Amino acid sequence: MSNDIKIKKGLDIKLKGAAEKAKENAIISNFYSIRPEDFHSVIPKLIAKVGAKVKAGEPIFYDKSNENVKFVSPVSGEIIDIPRGDKRKILAIKLQADKEQSYVDYGKFNLDAAKADDLKAHLLASGCWPFIKQRPYDVIANPEKSPKAIFVSAYASAPLVADLDFTLQGKDAELQIAITALSKLTEGEVHVSVGKDGNSPLANVSGATIHKVSGPHPSGNVGTQINKIDPVNKGEVVWTVNPQDLVIIGELLLTGKFNAERIVALTGSSVKKPRYFVTKLGAEVASMIYDNGVDKNDNIRVISGNVLSGKQIQPDGFLGYYSNSITVIPEGNDYEFFGWNKPIFNKVSTSRALTFSWLFPKKVYDLNTNTNGEHRAFVTTGTYEEVFPLDIYPMQILKACMYEDLDEMEALGMYEVAPEDFALTEFVCVSKQPHQDIIRKGLDLMLKEIG
Amino acid sequence: MSLKSNLHNLKEKYKGTKMAPAFNALHTFLYLPNETTHNGTHIKVADDLKRTMNTVIMALVPCLIFGMFNAGYQHYLALGEIEASSGFLGSTFWTLDNLIVGLWQVLPLVIVSYGVGLAVEFLFAVIKGHEVEEGYLVTGMLVPLIVPVDIPLWMLTIAVIFGVVIGKEVFGGTGMNILNPALTIRAFLFFAYPTWMSGDKVWVHGAVERDQMIAAGENLDAISGETILGAYAQNNSVVYDYWDMFWGIIPGSVGETSKFLIIIGALFLIFTKIGSWRIIVSTIMGALVMGLLFNGVVDAGWIGESSKFYGLMSVPFWQHLIIGSILFGAVYMATDPVTASQTNKGKWIYGFLIGFISILIRVFNPAYPEGVFLAILLMNVFAPTIDHYVVQGNVKRRMKRIKVKTA
Repeated sequence: MSNDIKIKKGLDIKLKGAAEKAKENAIISNFYSIRPEDFHSVIPKLIAKVGAKVKAGEPIFYDKSNENVKFVSPVSGEIIDIPRGDKRKILAIKLQADKEQSYVDYGKFNLDAAKADDLKAHLLASGCWPFIKQRPYDVIANPEKSPKAIFVSAYASAPLVADLDFTLQGKDAELQIAITALSKLTEGEVHVSVGKDGNSPLANVSGATIHKVSGPHPSGNVGTQINKIDPVNKGEVVWTVNPQDLVIIGELLLTGKFNAERIVALTGSSVKKPRYFVTKLGAEVASMIYDNGVDKNDNIRVISGNVLSGKQIQPDGFLGYYSNSITVIPEGNDYEFFGWNKPIFNKVSTSRALTFSWLFPKKVYDLNTNTNGEHRAFVTTGTYEEVFPLDIYPMQILKACMYEDLDEMEALGMYEVAPEDFALTEFVCVSKQPHQDIIRKGLDLMLKEIG
Repeated sequence: MSLKSNLHNLKEKYKGTKMAPAFNALHTFLYLPNETTHNGTHIKVADDLKRTMNTVIMALVPCLIFGMFNAGYQHYLALGEIEASSGFLGSTFWTLDNLIVGLWQVLPLVIVSYGVGLAVEFLFAVIKGHEVEEGYLVTGMLVPLIVPVDIPLWMLTIAVIFGVVIGKEVFGGTGMNILNPALTIRAFLFFAYPTWMSGDKVWVHGAVERDQMIAAGENLDAISGETILGAYAQNNSVVYDYWDMFWGIIPGSVGETSKFLIIIGALFLIFTKIGSWRIIVSTIMGALVMGLLFNGVVDAGWIGESSKFYGLMSVPFWQHLIIGSILFGAVYMATDPVTASQTNKGKWIYGFLIGFISILIRVFNPAYPEGVFLAILLMNVFAPTIDHYVVQGNVKRRMKRIKVKTA
């Protein structure tokens, strides 16, 4: 049986500002920030207070619903501020980094001798657990459950994202030990997907089933791959890990250090010199963007992540916990005269309604954040299906989420999806509905009601 | 200050007031709004609902223009003032005289349809505080094309109000309705004022008026404006040849006669990916199958020439496509995405049944010689049911996955 996954339905959005394959060390940032909102549905309980000195890898808060899930500091330094929002919700934990970094030593882990439970305890204590996410619900994995399989997608197909083959280069040892560790955590298989034409360092790891992926986005989404390889049924759990986080897990197992270093792509049409940076989780993005051609007065949007499912951050904001790219594109808060009926050449469209992107399949676009129309009720049909490769009816499941029918959501496949699976349908939506938000709210409702 | 910033300031001024939806509707008509994305996708496709609707209108414009010329042509032809046109480009068809009659008769229909319909839409938007949605742009264009040319404007006004309120607004506006609003308007007219919507007098401008003059004792010849379907239903002989039907130089509702232009519109809609080719193709297939069945019945000798159904049953099956408005219905009405089936598989079933039932009604119910609008309304009602079963197929597949595992 071939392990190839070939995706036909989808859409590659070609945007200006892809990162040049050159690595630079980012200016070492003095300030770091961990935002609990990156960890969906986690209610943080602080361990360290403002003014506390922490080492890199030292726990600073844990999950209220499961004390064992610890979140650690990416750097050594001092906690300088913990801003709070409504109902004293913790918005961020801000750290000032020391000049000399010191690490908590968790000790080299003897993987061969360890049982699964020891490994779990080790990952939980050292702050590596939050890198493991689960489906259903797209939240941090519940360590008490055992997954039927673990999925890693080392193929990035979203527009303007970091090329994983490039960022993972030279990390073979870390990746291998992390994969071996993951294989101990499931009685099923570890599935690793790599690009068909790529040269991913993960293509040759042992202890995992390798799948070669081809086709347009969302072929690289782990959700697409799960759906094609081994879809989640009711009552089942699968785990997913991002490959760049495997490196951190691997390094912890090899050296005992929680090294939050990560290679991040700085991309987007507003960046003059798009390239890769070596930085750390939670680092200030200002340390990268302003040096590379983003003008302070430009009308821009900075996104931690990609343009389809990333999070908007302020230019003085911080890199998200799971992001490996920063995208900067122009804001589109301007009117366009007769924009709704004149022929359009400079925007992407899947229709041909006087939109001409079908004529230029190779053209690279400079898109801004304008919605190109107002929010409307669902009207057109069949457009989502063209870009949605999962064996699920997208419009029907979205509507089920909107009217909160739990039985229907379950029957239509809610256990299999994550918000990012609906990024492309949201992009092509003529009615400008917030698909990912609808799915996230639906998943939250199920998590609350069914658990 | 430019127009752009003036309008922007006005928009800010009206924000939160009752007037906001009405102002925004006009503002967004001129300018694509300055709205930006929030979290979720940060970029969006170029298309919005206005563009989608506008594309359908563009596909309808040739039918409207042709309808205007045809209104004048049928009028003068019936009066005996001009010779019959030979073919699509005939010299007596595309004349200024014809166009003037058309403009005089058809433009008021368009104006009333849009004016009344949009007024109702704006009213509801202001009362309920939602934005004016674009659905009526297409409905307003369809309505004048599917009514007889001489329909009194007050009737049209009442029907449009009924259609927009009952057909759409009570369900929550565009995107929520069950029945196609344009067809709801036509159905209302049909059942409320049947004498104005059928028979052999209403399809040609001036015929009704002439009848009234004759009744008043004037010595004039009556104008006959029988449609082809009407002729077949009465087992009369048909005076038009196939090419007339195809080009559309025949009496009928304003914009549905030219099959040639409808096919061009269909190709445009399919090419732009706005209209569903699945529905268009399957509706035609359904009609052809039903036509073949009836031809088979006639060939088998089960129906004699004396039967009142003989005329329409014996029409060669492919001719059903070029008489009546089945093609217009298939291309512009059945494909309305809100009221049609929403799943791709469902669209095949939905379209096929529309074609099938259209011809069934056409043949068996001489009181409604055209069945397509009833067939589409009927299938509008059943579309959610079709979708339900199609989606259940997906659900069952998912359930089976668990069973295979646990077995």
